[in-house]
Order: sequence, then structure tokens, then C-alpha cells
Amino acid sequence: MAKMRTRGHKVVLNRTAGGDTVINIMLLLMGVLMVLPMYYVIINSFKPLDELFIYPPKFYVVNPTMDNFKDLFTLMTESWVPFSRYIFNTVFISVAGTFGNLVLSSLAAYSLSKMNYPGRNIFFEIIVKSLMISSSIAGIIQFIVLSKAHLVDTYWALIVPAWGTTLGLYLMKQFMESNVTDAVLESARLDGASELRTFWTIAMPMVKPAWLTLIIYSFQGLWNTGDSQFIQSEQLKTLKCAISQSLTAGVVRTGATAASTVILMIVPILVFVISQSKIIETMGSSGMKD
Amino acid sequence: MSQKKPKDVSRKDMTNAQWTWHLMKQNWFGYAFVLPFMILFITFTAVPVVASLFLSLTSYNLIQPPTWVGFDNYVQLFLDDDLFITALKNTLIFAVAVGPASYILSFGVAWFINELPPKARAVITLIFYAPSICSAYSIFAYFFDADAYGLVNSWMLKLGFIDAPIRWFQDTQYIMPLCIAVALWMSLGTAFLSFIAGLQGVDKSQYEAAAVDGVTNRWQELWYVTLPNMKNQLMFGAVMSITGAFGFGDVVTLLAGNPSTDYCAYTLSHHYGEYAGTRWEIGYGSAISLVMFFLCMGANLLINKMLSKVGQ
Repeated sequence: MAKMRTRGHKVVLNRTAGGDTVINIMLLLMGVLMVLPMYYVIINSFKPLDELFIYPPKFYVVNPTMDNFKDLFTLMTESWVPFSRYIFNTVFISVAGTFGNLVLSSLAAYSLSKMNYPGRNIFFEIIVKSLMISSSIAGIIQFIVLSKAHLVDTYWALIVPAWGTTLGLYLMKQFMESNVTDAVLESARLDGASELRTFWTIAMPMVKPAWLTLIIYSFQGLWNTGDSQFIQSEQLKTLKCAISQSLTAGVVRTGATAASTVILMIVPILVFVISQSKIIETMGSSGMKD
Repeated sequence: MSQKKPKDVSRKDMTNAQWTWHLMKQNWFGYAFVLPFMILFITFTAVPVVASLFLSLTSYNLIQPPTWVGFDNYVQLFLDDDLFITALKNTLIFAVAVGPASYILSFGVAWFINELPPKARAVITLIFYAPSICSAYSIFAYFFDADAYGLVNSWMLKLGFIDAPIRWFQDTQYIMPLCIAVALWMSLGTAFLSFIAGLQGVDKSQYEAAAVDGVTNRWQELWYVTLPNMKNQLMFGAVMSITGAFGFGDVVTLLAGNPSTDYCAYTLSHHYGEYAGTRWEIGYGSAISLVMFFLCMGANLLINKMLSKVGQ
């Protein structure tokens, strides 16, 4: 039997002080490597022009300023499509795509995990297989399908395909399977509740962490949509697209580029900070059986 | 709407087909619930993949109807298209370098932080996970800027390692390693979160039982207790890592341009874009996408085999 060691007041098994130290040092080193690039871009976004061009570049800022963010805003308002339009486009696409994906995936997840009918396992097997390939693998055929449906160059070209993405459905189905007991549903059904009612009033409230996870995954994917072959009109393009277009590498715009990178990365990070514990809870049932 | 009470019928009285039909009728709600999603999924994922399989055996330019050419596209790809061979080679190098490393990194970090207090664990999770969601890999464009003002160049000049700034993302020597490093930096994604949750979910009493049974260090504990308990998470994580490892042409395009210098970081997704997107040679393009498809599936099969050995 291993020697007893305590951490705080708890007894821990099979852990040596040396091992703990090595692990903590490795974590620290890797953590610094992960943070460094993000830290540098944030610092740069607050540097005034003269500090941006100090040689060699500094890892701190002496006189922080908001000028870069103001410049970015000016740059954007000067473009012929107003900046607010790009924001609207991104928000509309993200919200509409996420909403549809949430509704359809929840219904499908409930059906696949809690209803018993022939073909159910095959449906799910196909969904699982689809996780193994990248969605862009047949991009051009998707384009043909969208153009046959007259959806190319409308918002719907980005929204409708997002409704059928499978990762959210997969996570929600797994979560329902392990967190919603059949007995609860059965008693609701015996009380005469319809299947739709059981789904909405009994099952859905029990899988809130999975909703949130699905919303965040879907939203992040859509928020990060850049240039897409499905949209050609300038007035329909996304924020990310607009920012990368108006910042075609120029020395003058170094600061504004940093500012735009910070804006684009801060939104998903904040969303994750708020929802982290629920996402981890959902991931608890993410395992894939053979 | 109240559900109709199913008539009491017994399995014995019916043939298999009748029984299936009975189940289908009794549970028609199940189909109704899954149908809307399935229609979209089939339209935008299943149909394109199956259509690619068919079109890869044809010559098709969108204007004239496809003409059957058998395996000509594939023969041409492997025997008569040097650029395809380059792309295939690069894609495999990327996948082999990034896939396993990101998988092990995701698990390693999740395992390291598993015994930390919850608050510290949450902070470290955020630090390692953030690069994968913020899609801010453009940062590296100025980390490795080509002139002396680039961070890395300025340091190396100052320390005397180099005499002149290196054009990192134009130099064939550095493009691949740098793109791989950036891809690794942003690779602790869904698999990582899944591992964290999986590790938390392992029943603590199993560790005590294992200690009694003679497990004496953390490595044995990992192999005999932790990993076997997490097999399902390990499989899900592998699927996520593989999909990631085969799909990062975007990173290359943004950092090194497309085509990159001497096509040294040209991948299959670039080749697909070139033929299917730019030249409208849909048949040939589809053959390229089918190669990608089989690579992904093959990798998944391989991992599945390897994971079945865990804990034995």
C-alpha cells in the first residue's frame, strides 16, 4: 500500500510531491505559451501610434489609449455599407441560425433518446458518422443545392444549413439519455399529457445545460462566419468579413487591426466564461459508445 | 391532444413485418419529431456527400449534364497530378502532426488540472480553451511579421541568432512547422472539455479500491482505472480531434496565403477549392473530396481499434 500523503487536509493516494511539482511547472509553462499571443494583441490594441512602432516591440503599454478602437470605428463608418449593417447581418444570422438549430435539435434529440421506434438507431448512427467528417467536405454540392433552392446570396444561405448541424444534436441526445429518466416521462404520459407537452414541460426543463451548450456552439460557429461563397452582395456580408476587408494590411492600420481582433475574440470568450460550468456538465455525457 | 391508448396486442400473434409496422404506427410521433431535422441534415450534409460519390465518377461542369468516366478522375489524381500528391502529402503530415499531439495535449492538460480546486480549474480551463474559440490566429501574422518589427524577428536579432529578419510565412523552411504550431495552439477544443468532464465523472471510490489492490503510482492509476472509465469520452474526443486535424486549410490560407510559397503548405481542401470552386470541374473536385472523406473515416477506424486496447 502506498504511503499516505496529504494535500491541504485531505489524504491523497498515489501522489508524490515531486510529481505534483513537475505537473504544476509544466502547466505554468504551457499556460504562459497559450496566453502570450492573446496578451500581446490586447496590449497592442491599447498602444498609441508611437508605441506601436518602438523597436524592439514592448510587452507593456506606457500610455494606454482608445485611439485604435476609435480608428476602427471611423474606418468602418467610411465604408459605403454602414457599419451597423454588418453588425445587424452577423447578429441576425447568428440568432436565426441558432434558434432554428435549437428547436429542431431538441425535438430530434428527444425523439432519438426517449421514443422507441424502428429506424431510430440507424438515424443516430448516421448522425454520429457525420461528426467524423468536416462539413465543408462537399461545399460545392451544398452550393448547388442552395442555388437550386434560390437561397444563394440571401441570409438563408448561411442560416438554413446551420439548422441541420449535428454536434449540438449529438450532445443534447446524450445528455437527455442520461439525465431524463423514463419513469418521469411515463408518469406524464399516463396522466394524459400529449407527447409534445411531455417534451416541452417535462423533458426540456431537465436539460437546460444542454440547451445552453448547443446555443453557445451554434452561436460561436455562426459568429465566426467570415467570407463565404454563399454570399456575394456586400450589404449581406458579416462583421468578420467587413473587418478583414477594411484592414488589408497597411502599416497605418496596425493598431486598428489589433483592436478588431480583440473585439472579435472577446465576445466568444465572455460567453464561455459565463456558461463554463453548464458546458462541462453537458460534456459529462458526451461519451461515444462503440 | 391525448395519445391514443395502444390496443393490447402480443408480439406472438404477428410476423416480424407486422410487428415493425405496429411499432411504427404506435410511435409515429417519434418520426414527426425527428423529421424536420433529418430533412435539413439530409439536404445539406447527406445528399452532398452521396452526390460527391456519384459525381466523382463523372465529368461535370454544371452547364452540361455529367458524363460517366468511371475511375478516370481517380487515376488522373494519383498518376497524373503532382499537385494532388503534394496536397495529399501535406494533409497527411498536418494530420499526423496535429491530430495525435492535440489529442494527447487535451487529455494531458485535463488530467493535470483534474485535482486542482474548482476555481483554479475553471481559470486554467479558460486559458487553454480560449484560443480554440476566438479564431484569433491572425495574431500570429504579427508575431512572426516578416520585417524587423515582428516580435520574434526583433528578439532574435537582438539576441544575435540572426543577422537579417526572416520572412517566416514566405520561407518554405518555416511555413509548415509554424502552421502546425498555430494549429496546436488552437486545438484544445471540444475534446478538451469532454475530457475534463469525463475525468470529473470517474467514481472516486474506484481509486481507493485500486490502491488496496496494489496500484502504487499515478501512472498505473491512469492506465488501470482512469482511462478504462473514460473510454466513451476518449472516443468522442478522438472524433473531434480527427475532424480538426483534417480541416485546417483556413489557418494556412490566412497565415501563408493560397497558394503558399512553392505550394509547401498546400492541402487537399485548397486543391478541392481550386477545382470545384474556381475551375468548376465538379467531377474532379468530388474525387478530391472523396479522398478526404476516406482519410477521415480511415483515421476514425484506426483510433477505434487502438482505443479498444486501453487498460489491458
